[in-house]
Amino acid sequence: MESMLHITTLHYLVLGAALFLLGVIGVLTRRNVVVVLMSIELILNAVNLNLVAFSRMWGGLHGQVFAIFVITDAAAEAAVGLGILIAFFRNKETVNIDEVNLLKW
Amino acid sequence: MAPVATPFFFYLLSGIMLIGGILVITRKNPVHSALALIVTLLAQASIYLMLYAPFVAGVQIILYAGGIMVLFLFVIMLVNIDRSMQERQFNSQWVVGLVAATALGGLFIAVFTKGKDIFPEHALPIVESDNTQQIAMRLYGQYMFAFEIASLLLLVAIIGAVVMAKKRI
Repeated sequence: MESMLHITTLHYLVLGAALFLLGVIGVLTRRNVVVVLMSIELILNAVNLNLVAFSRMWGGLHGQVFAIFVITDAAAEAAVGLGILIAFFRNKETVNIDEVNLLKW
Repeated sequence: MAPVATPFFFYLLSGIMLIGGILVITRKNPVHSALALIVTLLAQASIYLMLYAPFVAGVQIILYAGGIMVLFLFVIMLVNIDRSMQERQFNSQWVVGLVAATALGGLFIAVFTKGKDIFPEHALPIVESDNTQQIAMRLYGQYMFAFEIASLLLLVAIIGAVVMAKKRI
């Protein structure tokens, strides 16, 4: 009970791991490309949470600076991913990711 | 200023984040998923405030909840989601995916139960008054090269998004 009420770095890491797992489940099981991209955002946010928690743990700011770089990457990834999605929808008239099977064995 | 009722707010915001995350990956309508993701991102911004990271919290709200999610909602409007909402939502390998995710979860549990002693019990005090200035000093000093690479990456992403979304160049 005492460890439940005293919030340490480990609590934030467990929250980040749970969020990461939710994102992985979304990426691996959903068919809709939009939801898959949103699950990738969940994964990136879990990583960010860990970085900021470690930055708090060590008392430095490097983790926060790195979190800002990760947010920049997420913005670039979202722009390119949604561009690919629009091109995909124009060619196939669908947003289901398992219908992109041209390279499948 | 000493923090007030940290456990209460931590568990409240964690609950909001996890419920929002579950809604993101289970809703049939992508618009509902996007709205749940916005709730998750805002709760995470509040957790950043609890971790004495006000600048990252502001960037999270402005860039993620304000910028990226608006992009998502625009694209959801551009594609036809009515047809995909009639079909099944989970792909045919969803059992394998769940097994793999469970294995990853087991790995996380093992790591956290074995390695929880290496984390210090009490967090170090942080001077919170000049957080933004300190981050700016690092971004334009020590991390200057990475900052320039990030700006180049954004330029490439803009060009790539336009090239791929345009009908004919």
